[in-house]
Amino acid sequence: MVPVSYYLALAAILFALGALGVLIRRNAIIIFMSIELMLNAANLLFVAFARSFESLDGQIYVFFVIAVAAAEVAVGLALIVTIFRTKHSIDIDELSSMKG
Amino acid sequence: MNYFDLVPWIVFLPVLGLLLNILIGKRLGERGSSLVAFLASGGAFVVSVLQWLSLSAHPEAHIVKFAEWINIGALQVPWAFRVDTLSVTMMLVVSGVGTLIHIYAAGYMHYDVRYKGDPAAYQRFFIYLNLFIAAMMILVSGDSYLMLFVGWEGVGLCSFLLIGFWFNKNPDGSSGMENSNAAKKAFIANRVGDLGLLLAMFAIFTLMGSLSFDTVFARAEFINPSYILAITLFMLIGVAGKSAQLPLYVWLPDAMAGPTPVSALIHAATMVTAGVYLVARSAPLYSLAPAAQTTVAVVGALTALFAATIAVGQNDIKKVLAYSTISQLGFMVAAVGLGAFVAGMFHLVTHAFFKALLFLGSGSVILALERAHHPIDGDHEQHHEEPKKGHAFDPQDMRIMGGLRKVIPTTYRVYLIGALALAGLPPLAGFFSKDEILTDALHANPLVYALLTAAAFLTAFYMGRQVLLVFFGEPRSHAAEEAVESPPIMTWPLIVLAGLSILGGLINFPGLHGLTNWLEHTLGHEFAHATEFNLTVALTSTLLALLAIYLAWTLYGREPLKAKAADPLAKRLGSLFTALQNKWWVDEFYGWLIIRPYQRFAAFLADVVDWRFWHDWVHDSLIARGFRGLAVFLANPVDLGVIDGLANGLATGARGLASSLSILQTGYVRNYALMVFFGVVSMLAYLIFFS
Repeated sequence: MVPVSYYLALAAILFALGALGVLIRRNAIIIFMSIELMLNAANLLFVAFARSFESLDGQIYVFFVIAVAAAEVAVGLALIVTIFRTKHSIDIDELSSMKG
Repeated sequence: MNYFDLVPWIVFLPVLGLLLNILIGKRLGERGSSLVAFLASGGAFVVSVLQWLSLSAHPEAHIVKFAEWINIGALQVPWAFRVDTLSVTMMLVVSGVGTLIHIYAAGYMHYDVRYKGDPAAYQRFFIYLNLFIAAMMILVSGDSYLMLFVGWEGVGLCSFLLIGFWFNKNPDGSSGMENSNAAKKAFIANRVGDLGLLLAMFAIFTLMGSLSFDTVFARAEFINPSYILAITLFMLIGVAGKSAQLPLYVWLPDAMAGPTPVSALIHAATMVTAGVYLVARSAPLYSLAPAAQTTVAVVGALTALFAATIAVGQNDIKKVLAYSTISQLGFMVAAVGLGAFVAGMFHLVTHAFFKALLFLGSGSVILALERAHHPIDGDHEQHHEEPKKGHAFDPQDMRIMGGLRKVIPTTYRVYLIGALALAGLPPLAGFFSKDEILTDALHANPLVYALLTAAAFLTAFYMGRQVLLVFFGEPRSHAAEEAVESPPIMTWPLIVLAGLSILGGLINFPGLHGLTNWLEHTLGHEFAHATEFNLTVALTSTLLALLAIYLAWTLYGREPLKAKAADPLAKRLGSLFTALQNKWWVDEFYGWLIIRPYQRFAAFLADVVDWRFWHDWVHDSLIARGFRGLAVFLANPVDLGVIDGLANGLATGARGLASSLSILQTGYVRNYALMVFFGVVSMLAYLIFFS
C-alpha cells in the first residue's frame, strides 16, 4: 500500500505548480487551470487522508470542492468571455486600470 | 375740639393744587390755574390757622404720625407732623405770606410771561410755587431731622427751579445762560451747606441713636459736650448755606434772577429763614455748646454788617433788597446764636412781612417801568420782540427811576411803610423785633451788639437811599415819567402786607410778650424768657436810624440825583464806594480761590486724565492696541499657524501616506495574488513556528 506521505508530497508539488502558474502566467485561462490544479491538490489530500483514516468525511468534502470548483469555473469563464469582448485579449496584465 | 388730625393737609393741599395744575392747568387758563394755586396755598393757611386755634387750647406739642417711612433696625423715621407753637408759627408765616404772594403773582406773572415772550410758562410758575409751599411745610412740620432735611432739600430744589425759571434768558431778558447759572450757583452753594447738615445728622444718629427731636434733645445732655459742639458747628454750615450767611451767602444776590414774587417768597420771607428755624428748633443742642452759640452769633452779626455795607453800593433795586435780606438774616442768626430764640423768631416773622412787602413793591416798580417802556395791549397780543443783549433799558436800575411817588402812589406808600419798618423806626414792626434782638445782644455779647447796631445804621441809610432814589426827585428816564400803577390784584396784597408791617410789632409787644409766652410752650422757660424793653437801646437805634435817614437825605434828597449823574457817595467815599459796588470783590475772590482752581482742576482732569491718559493712552494705546495685538497674535500664529497647520498637516500627511501606499496598488492581479500568497505563507509560518 502506498504510504500517505507519498500522496502528501505529490499534493504539495501539484499545489506549488498551481501557485506558480497563478503567479507567473498572464493568460487568464492558464491561471484558471492553475487554480484548478491547486484545488485538485487539495482534493488529493482529502482523499488520501480519508483512505488513511478510513473515514468518509474527506470523500464528501471532495465532492463539495468539485461542485464549488465547477460553479467557479462557470463564473470565471463568463468573466473571461466578458473581458475578452471588451479588451480583445485575455492577458490579465492588460487589466491594470485599478492601479493606484 | 381740636384739628390736629388735619395737619397733613398743609402739605397735601399744595400738592393737590400742583397736581391739578400739572394735569389740567393749560385748560384752566391763567385765571383758573392761579385760582387753583391760590386755593391750595390758602387752604394750607386755613389749616395752619386751625392748628393755631387747637394749639391755643392745648399748647403742648402734638405729634401726628402720618405714615411709616424708614424702618431699618435702629433707624426708625416715621413721617410724623409735629404741631407745636414753634412749627405753627412758621406754618402761619409760610402759608400766610405765601398766599398773599400767590395773589400778587397771579397779576405779576400775567405781565412777566408776556414780557419774556412765553405765556405758556404761567402754569409752570404756579406749579413750582405750590411745590415750594408743600416742601416748606414739610420742613417746618417735620418731627425729625430727617423729615426736616427732606423739606430742606425740597425748598432748595424749588429755589433752583424758580431762580432758573427763565432758564434760557439773562436777567435783562436777552437770551443767555445767566439765569440758569444763578440757579446753579444757588444750588451748589446750598449743597455745601447741606453737606454740613448731613454730617450733623449722621453724628446725631451715631451718638444718640435717633433723629426725632424729642429723643435727640432728651439724650443730648448725656453726650460729651465736644461732640455736641461738632454737631452744632456742622449744623451752622447748613444754616450758612440756606440762610445765606458768611461765607456761603453769595448765591442769594444772584438768586434775584428769579421772578420777583419768588424773591419775595423764597429768598426773603420763608426759605432763607429755614436756617434760623433750624437753630431755634435745635435750641436744646445749642444751649449745650456755648462756643457754637458764640460762633453762630458772631457769624450772624458779621454777615449783618458785611451785607449791609454792600447794600449801600448797589444800584439794582432788587440787589439792594437781596443784600438787605442777607443782613437781616444775619440779625436773626445772631439772635438765635445768642440764645434769644424768641427775638430771632420775632424778627423772622416781622421780616417776612416787610421784606415780602418790599420785594413785591420792587416788583411793582419794575413792572411799572417795564409797562411804560414797552406797553402790551390787552392780554391777547404777545411780546415777541427779543430784547437785545446789553440794551440800554434795565427796569431794575434805580438810576433811571426817580419821582415815582407821583405816578405810582399806592406802591410808593406801601414801599415807604416797608422801608421804614426795615429801617426800624417806631412804631413799625421792624422796630420792635430789631430792638429786642439788640437788647438781648447788649446783655449777652457787646461785640455782637456793636456789629448789629452798625448794621442797623447802615440799614436805615441804604433804605433811605433807595426810597429817595426811586420815589423822590425828578424822573431820570422816559419810562419813569410814564410809569403805570399795578392792577389791584397786585396792590391789595401789598396793602395787606403793609398793614402787617405796621401792626406786626403787636405779636410780641413789650410788656405783653405774646410770642414769648406762645413759644415758651415749645422752647421752655429757659430759652424763651421775656426781654424787658430797654429804653436806651431803643432810643439809640431809633436815633441812629433817623441820623442815617437824614444822612441819606442830605446826599440824595436835598439835591436829587440827575440823570446819568454819578452817585454822590462815589465822591465822598472814593475807592471804598467802588469796593462796595463790586461787593468787596467776594465773587471774584471766590472765583480766584475756588472756581478757577476748580475749573483748572476740571480741565486737567478732562484734558490730561480723561482725554490723554484715559482715552488716548488707556483706551487707545492699552486696550485698543493691546486687543488688536492680541487679535493679530490669535489670528496669525495661533489660528493660521497652529490650528490651520494642524488641519492642513493632517490632510497632507494623509495624502502623502496614501500616495506612498498607492504604489502597492499595481493593478496587476498577479501582484495581489503574490501578496495573498506571501500573507498566507507568513500566517502559516507564524502558526507553525510560534504557536
